[in-house]
Amino acid sequence: MFSRWSAAIAAAIFLSSSALQGAGAADKPTDPQIAHIAYTAGVIDINAAKQAQKKAKSKDVKAFAEDMLRDHEAVNKQALALVKKLNVTPEDNDTSKALSRQASEKLVELGKLNGAAFEKAYVANEVAYHKAVNSALEAQLIPSANNAELKSLLQTGLKIFQGHQQHAEHVAAGLK
Amino acid sequence: MRLGRLFSISIALVVAAMAVPARAATIEITMENLVISPAEISAKVGDTINWINKDVFAHTATAKNGDFDVTLPPKTSATSILKRAGTIDYYCRYHPNMKATLKVEH
Repeated sequence: MFSRWSAAIAAAIFLSSSALQGAGAADKPTDPQIAHIAYTAGVIDINAAKQAQKKAKSKDVKAFAEDMLRDHEAVNKQALALVKKLNVTPEDNDTSKALSRQASEKLVELGKLNGAAFEKAYVANEVAYHKAVNSALEAQLIPSANNAELKSLLQTGLKIFQGHQQHAEHVAAGLK
Repeated sequence: MRLGRLFSISIALVVAAMAVPARAATIEITMENLVISPAEISAKVGDTINWINKDVFAHTATAKNGDFDVTLPPKTSATSILKRAGTIDYYCRYHPNMKATLKVEH
């Protein structure tokens, strides 16, 4: 069961959101797993932003990376405070592992690019990544969360990341 | 005597208050949980907007027509004075899904 939903989420995040449609309610991730996935997704975007801060030259792209860093750190700080309060230990799982692995590959791939090519690829990936995370939050993580405070934090996260997606789309449009 | 003086002072105060035009209002607009409220509000030229960011995230109040662009770090507030009339659509630059409208009348 576990591998089925985690595969579905990983596929959704990296391939398409339609992969989520097949996941049934019985395959729900647990709260400690959801907390781990959400936190991992944040760390991934923080690392991507740090890479962009080093490599990007464009003022808009640099500013965007700084916004990502600031917001995702703020969300993850709240997430850590919440799991501490609830006395929950985030549980590593196949989805988190798949996310981290694919993100490392992306960092290597983007690391080979420079200048405008890097900026374009970084921003395009930010659009796709936020879109995929938002789909996973909406379709799987939020409906699966049991704890009301965790659910509420995920819902706030969704609104922030939807904002990031729009912001990234604006930046992408400006690069063309 | 004393009572009479007090009375004349209070009359003077009332007259003074009447002579001054209606004081400009201060209107509070809050950003909380990525939502701007009220989403639509009317104000008058000369009024002050008190922007209150209750989130742990930074926001901005950025007018599409360039009339204002206020940056609000987490848990802070700031003010702007409305200088001209018009319907102003504004949003948060960091989270463009946060949108609202301000109607400024003469």
